[in-house]
Amino acid sequence: MAAGALKDATAIVGIGQTPFAKQLPESEKALACRAILAALDDAGISPAEVDGFASYTMEETDEVEIAKAIGAGDVTFFSKVGYGGGGSCATLAHLASAVATGQASVGVAWRSRKRGSGRRPWTNTQVQLPTPGQWTRPYGLLRPADEIGMLTRRHMHEYGTTRDHLFNVALACRNRANQNPAAQMYERPMTRESYMTARMISDPLCLFDNCLETDGALAAVIVSAERARDCRQKPVYLHSVAQGLPAQHHGMVNYWNDDPLSGPAWTAARQLWKQADFGPEDIDVAQIYDAFTPLIPLSLEGYGFCGRGEGGAFTEGGALEIGGRLPINTSGGGLSEAYVHGFNLITEGVKQLRGTSTAQVPDAATCLVTAGEGVPTSAVLLRS
Amino acid sequence: MTSSDLLAPVVDDDGAPFWEYTAQHELRVQACANPECGELRFPPRPCCPHCRSFDSEWRRMSGKGRIWSYVFPHPPLLPAYAEMAPYNAIVVELADAPRIRLVGNLVTEAGAPWNSVDPSRLKIGARVQVVFARIGEFTMPQWVLER
Repeated sequence: MAAGALKDATAIVGIGQTPFAKQLPESEKALACRAILAALDDAGISPAEVDGFASYTMEETDEVEIAKAIGAGDVTFFSKVGYGGGGSCATLAHLASAVATGQASVGVAWRSRKRGSGRRPWTNTQVQLPTPGQWTRPYGLLRPADEIGMLTRRHMHEYGTTRDHLFNVALACRNRANQNPAAQMYERPMTRESYMTARMISDPLCLFDNCLETDGALAAVIVSAERARDCRQKPVYLHSVAQGLPAQHHGMVNYWNDDPLSGPAWTAARQLWKQADFGPEDIDVAQIYDAFTPLIPLSLEGYGFCGRGEGGAFTEGGALEIGGRLPINTSGGGLSEAYVHGFNLITEGVKQLRGTSTAQVPDAATCLVTAGEGVPTSAVLLRS
Repeated sequence: MTSSDLLAPVVDDDGAPFWEYTAQHELRVQACANPECGELRFPPRPCCPHCRSFDSEWRRMSGKGRIWSYVFPHPPLLPAYAEMAPYNAIVVELADAPRIRLVGNLVTEAGAPWNSVDPSRLKIGARVQVVFARIGEFTMPQWVLER
């Protein structure tokens, strides 16, 4: 196939989700089935037609269990993507490739996670740590917040990024969540004072720089553009997809290369824009992975919305709010709607292009969705 | 706090020499042993990303460096770490090889607690010197401010 062959070749035609809460009674498997069946119902496609699956390596419900529970037919493509939240958009990319090349016709991507009531992954010291762990964890750099906090302090030092810039990110997400009845923070407004006086988690990062802890599941259905025209919902096309693992990258402990502050977003962005008919200036709304507030300035730089080091300053003047230069995370994102490894950013991107978001950007026709920055990542450009 | 509750390094084949040298109070970094290359690399790995040679050696560093960045972790943390919190964790870029950076802790003297240095003394760019302290089964590099 020629370069660019995936452009607009497939579309998201169904999305589904469960409620989001600190604690839900059902199992991850039951939640996964509910989200997937809701997405197929949204698309108007029978579960018996599903022949492709994609999820994250951290997903604990597998294709065998899901396929037999929902009554899928013969499955001819299944794929899982690594690096936690870095894999979110890659699930769509893998399904787009599979559908466009005829390896499957109806693809389902999903994420189900009881991270709200379950264990924090970093507390499990019994699992063999990945290799970099021997160089970081014994010194008390235990959690993702510590690892990203280290890069944040350096960004502040080099570029003058401030806690007010990070507050701008947290506030934009919270304001959108306050418009979204499904969001965990729907009825919880945030003020600058509540942000600035919140307890520290890994100084310079405070509580509100960290994402939520959520039980919940989401899913999306992908078919060919041709078939999408006959589905129940307005198609949202996968215009461009990309994964990114830069040379000499080390994950969230990216301290050991020439340029630790330019991460996987830069690599994914080059591939993403190269295949697209439009650029950053043409994006109406963005859903940017927000496990931590500083990932927004880093991603704004990486995806080319501003210059190197300008990600903090970009957030000033309400730029990230509705009506600003680049409205982001319009459901509330991982910081204020739900943290399900970024899958709610995908479904919100679809809602924006259908015109059904609770914080609708008028006439939104293009949306960037990104996966986790600071780990091997992925991204998609959606268009209506 | 008992030091045995802190996490010990989970050593792999490539990293094992680092810890053998710290036990002798030597800070050494893996380098390519191809005489036409000689590039330092960290973390250690089987072959050189510059010339792909599998021959390596461990080159002794002066132990001098500068603070590249730092954080102060607060709870929730594992119990032995929560007892010390807030403590500092720092990244040091080595004077001998500024692109080689090591994670560690800034202390007042070898073996002192990780919260022993007044937080206001941590500054990016501050000059530091390596010291060594026995923690559990391992000899860990630590850092003190250069006088």
